[in-house]
Amino acid sequence: MLEVSGITQIFGGVTALDSVSFAISAGDITGVIGPNGAGKTTLFNIITGIYRQTAGTVHLEGKNVTGLPPEKLARLAMVRTFQNIELFGGMTVLENVMVGMHTKSSAGLLACAFKMPWSISEERRIREGAMKWLEFTGIVDLADHVAGSLPFGKGRLLEIARALAVEPRIILMDEPAAGLNSQETVGLAQLIKQIRDTGITVVLVEHDMELVMDICDRIIVLNLGTKLAEGTPREIQESSAVIAAYLGDDD
Amino acid sequence: MEKLIRSGSNTMKRDLLLFIGFSVLIMVAPQLFAGGYLMNVLVFVGINTMLAIALNLLLGYAGQISLGHAGFFGLGAYISGILTTTFSLNPWLAMPIAALAVGCLAGVIGFPILKLKGHYLAMASLGLGIIMYIVFNETVELTGGPSGLSGIPNMKLAGVSFDSDVKNYYLIWGFTLAVMLFSINLANSRVGRALRAVHDSEVAAQVLGVNARLLKVQIFALSAIISSLAGSLYAHTMTFISPASFGFNFSIELLTMVVIGGLGSIYGSFLGAALLTLLPEILRGANDYDIIIYGGLLVLMVMYMPGGLVRGIPDLFKKIFKPKGGADHA
Amino acid sequence: MQFDQILQYTLSGLSTGAIYALIGIGFSIIYNATGIINFAQGEFVMLGGLLTLSCLELLALPLWAAVPCAIAVSTVVGILFERLAIRPLKQPTPINLVIITIGGSILIRGLAMLVWGKDTHAIPAFSGDVPISVGGATILPQHLWILAITLVTICINKIYFYHTISGKAMRACSYNRRAAGLVGIDVRRMVLFSFIISSAMGAVAGIIVAPLTMTAYDVGVMLGLKGFCAAIIGGMSSGLSTVIGGLLLGVLESLGAGLISSGYKDAIAFIILLLILFIRPQGLFGKADSERV
Repeated sequence: MLEVSGITQIFGGVTALDSVSFAISAGDITGVIGPNGAGKTTLFNIITGIYRQTAGTVHLEGKNVTGLPPEKLARLAMVRTFQNIELFGGMTVLENVMVGMHTKSSAGLLACAFKMPWSISEERRIREGAMKWLEFTGIVDLADHVAGSLPFGKGRLLEIARALAVEPRIILMDEPAAGLNSQETVGLAQLIKQIRDTGITVVLVEHDMELVMDICDRIIVLNLGTKLAEGTPREIQESSAVIAAYLGDDD
Repeated sequence: MEKLIRSGSNTMKRDLLLFIGFSVLIMVAPQLFAGGYLMNVLVFVGINTMLAIALNLLLGYAGQISLGHAGFFGLGAYISGILTTTFSLNPWLAMPIAALAVGCLAGVIGFPILKLKGHYLAMASLGLGIIMYIVFNETVELTGGPSGLSGIPNMKLAGVSFDSDVKNYYLIWGFTLAVMLFSINLANSRVGRALRAVHDSEVAAQVLGVNARLLKVQIFALSAIISSLAGSLYAHTMTFISPASFGFNFSIELLTMVVIGGLGSIYGSFLGAALLTLLPEILRGANDYDIIIYGGLLVLMVMYMPGGLVRGIPDLFKKIFKPKGGADHA
Repeated sequence: MQFDQILQYTLSGLSTGAIYALIGIGFSIIYNATGIINFAQGEFVMLGGLLTLSCLELLALPLWAAVPCAIAVSTVVGILFERLAIRPLKQPTPINLVIITIGGSILIRGLAMLVWGKDTHAIPAFSGDVPISVGGATILPQHLWILAITLVTICINKIYFYHTISGKAMRACSYNRRAAGLVGIDVRRMVLFSFIISSAMGAVAGIIVAPLTMTAYDVGVMLGLKGFCAAIIGGMSSGLSTVIGGLLLGVLESLGAGLISSGYKDAIAFIILLLILFIRPQGLFGKADSERV
C-alpha cells in the first residue's frame, strides 16, 4: 500500500530522520510510535507532501509519489489529519465536510458562478455525501454549527469526517487521541476500527500506548530519527531495544 | 438529515429573494431620487460596488490582500479608452478585449505574486499598482499622460446612447447586479467553499485536494477582470480619464470600502462602497479632510468592528436592545 | 565626460540611498521585533522634516535644538501609534495589521495636512549651499551631512543592539519571540522600543533629506516604500545588508533616472522590489531556507 524507503531529512544541519524505510500493507492499522523528537510528525509531513525530504522515496500503491504536493496525493486517495486539528473555523461543520468532497466534484469557477444545471445537481450530491460522513462519525446533529466553536473532541471527529469525505484508501492521523478525554478516546478507537473495516488503511502517530496496543495490527518504533523496531504490538512490547529507548523518556 | 438538505435549498431561496428584492430597490431608485446630481453619485456607487466586490472576492473569501487593484481598474479604463479613441473600436468590443488582456496579465503575475503571504503580498501588490500608475503617466503618446485621455465615446445599445446620468445608472447597475449575482453564486459553491477553506487553513485545504495555488491565481485573475470591466464602464460613462483616478490612494479607498462593509460579504461591499462614495458628498466643503476620515474609519473598524458594518450593525442592535427588549417583549 | 556624469549620479544616488537605508532599518527593526510591516513608517520621515520646519520657524529655535525636538516629537507619535493602534488590536492577523497600519498612516498624513497644509516647504541646508567639487562631479554640503549622520546613526544602532541589555533582549525577540518571553524578556516592552527606535530613525531620515528635496505632508508614502524596498533587498536585516540595499537602490535609481528616463525613476525601485520578492524573497545576501516546500 504505502512504501517509504531511505527517507532522510536534514534541517539546517540537524538530522531529523536518517534513512527510514518501511512498508505498510493494505487494510492494516499501523501505529508509528516513539519518544518526543523521534521524527514522527516530520515523517508524516514528508509522506503527505508538506515537507520535501533531503533524500528517499515514497511509493503509494506501487506508484512513485515522491515530492508530490498534498493536493495531488488527495487525488491518489491519500489523506491526513493534523495534531492540532486544522478546521476551517469560519465555516459550518457541514461546509467543512463538503470541502472534503472537493476531489469528488468538478464544477469549475465559471460553472459555479453561472449556476449551470450540472453544478446545481452536483452541489446537492456534495451536500448529501457530506451528511453521510457526518452520520458515520456521529456528529450529524452539529451540521449547522460553526466549526470554530466546536469543543476539541467534536472538532477531532469533524476533521476525521472531512478526511473520509475524500474517500481515501489510506488515511494518516497525527496523534488523533491528543487532547481527548478517556471516554472520547474509547469512541475514537471504535471509529478507527470502523474506518479500517470499510477497507481504508490507517496509519497513526500516537502517544497513547493503550490505544496503540489495543487497535494496531502493526507498530513501527522511531527513535532519534531512525527506525528502532517494527512488528506486532506483542513483539514491540517484548522488544528490549524499545523498552530501553522508552525508559530514558519521561513520557 | 432530509431536513438539513432541504434547509440548504431554503438558504438558496432566501439568498435569491434577497437578491431580487435588492435588484427591485435599485431599479426603482431613480424614480425616488429624480434629482440629476444624486443620479451621478449613484452611478459611482455602482462602479465602486463592482470594484469592492472584486477586491472582496480576493481579500474576504480567499484571504489574499491586494493594494494594487486601482491599477487593474485603470488598465481596463485605459485599454477601453485607447481602443475606442485611437483605434475607433466599438466599446462593446473594447470592453471584453480589455477584460481578457487584464485577466491574462493578472494570471501571469498571479503565480509569483501569490506565493507571497501577508505583509509581503501587500507590499508587492502595492508596488505593482504603483508601476501601473507610473506607466499610465509616462506613456504619453498612448494615454495622454498626466493630462488624461478625452473624447472616449459613450456606450450604445440598439440605437440608444448612454449619455445621460439616468441611462448610465441603468447601464452600470445592470452590470453591477450581474457581478453581484455572479459573486453570490460563486461564494456559495464548491469553488467558494474551497476559497474560504484556503483562507482558514491553507494546508488543510491542500490535504483535501484543493489546489490552493491555482485557485488563488484564478480568483486573482477573476478579481482583476471584474475591476477591468468596471474600468471600461467608468471610461465610457465619464468619457474622460486621467491617471489621478487610478493611484495608490484609490487602492486604499477600495480596501476601506471592503473592510468597512465587511470582509466576505457581497452586500457588505455594496454598503462600504455606498458609504464611501456618499460620504464625501455629505461632507462637501470638508473635501480635503476625507482622507482623515478614511484613515480614522479604517483604524476604528479593525479595532471595534472587525466584521464590518454587515455584521457589526446587527450585533450593535442586539447589544443595545437585548437587556431591555428581552424582558419586555420575550 | 561620460564618466563625470556617472560619478555625479552615483554620488547623489549614494546620499538618497543612505536615506532609504535609514528608513529600511526602521522597517526591519519593527518587523524583527513584531513580525509587522509598519506601513506608517514613511509618516515618521514626513513628521521629522515638517516638525523641524515648525521648530525653526514657529519656535525660532536654532537648528541644533530644532532637530532633537523634532525627533522627540516624532518618537512620541511613534509611541502613541503603538499604544493606540497596535497594542489594543484583538485579532492581530496579518491582514488586520496591514489595514490598521495603513489606516494609521493615512490618519497621521491627514493630520499633517491639517497642520502644515498641502504646500511644499523648504528647510535651509545645515551648512550652506556652496557646491563642493569631487573629481569632475559636484556635491552639496548637505550630501555630506546625510552620509555622516547616517553613518553615526547606524553606529549608535549597532552599539545599542550589541552592547546594551535592552538591545540584546530585542535581538533575542527577533530570533524567537516566545523563547524570549520564556526567559523573562518583556516582549511587549521590546515591541514598544522597536517603535521608538524606528520612529526616531525615520524622523532623522526625514530631517536630513528635507533641505535637499523639500518636504510636504505626503512625502512619506514614496520614501517609506523606497525604504521598504531597501529592507527587502537587505533581507529585512537591521544591519549592514539593508544599508547596502539602500545605497544600491539609491544609486540604481539615480543612474536610471539620469541615463534612461526620469519619469520612470520611481518605477525602478518597485521593479527591483517585485523581482527580489519573486526571485530571492530572503534578500540579496540572505541564505535560502529551502526545506519547506
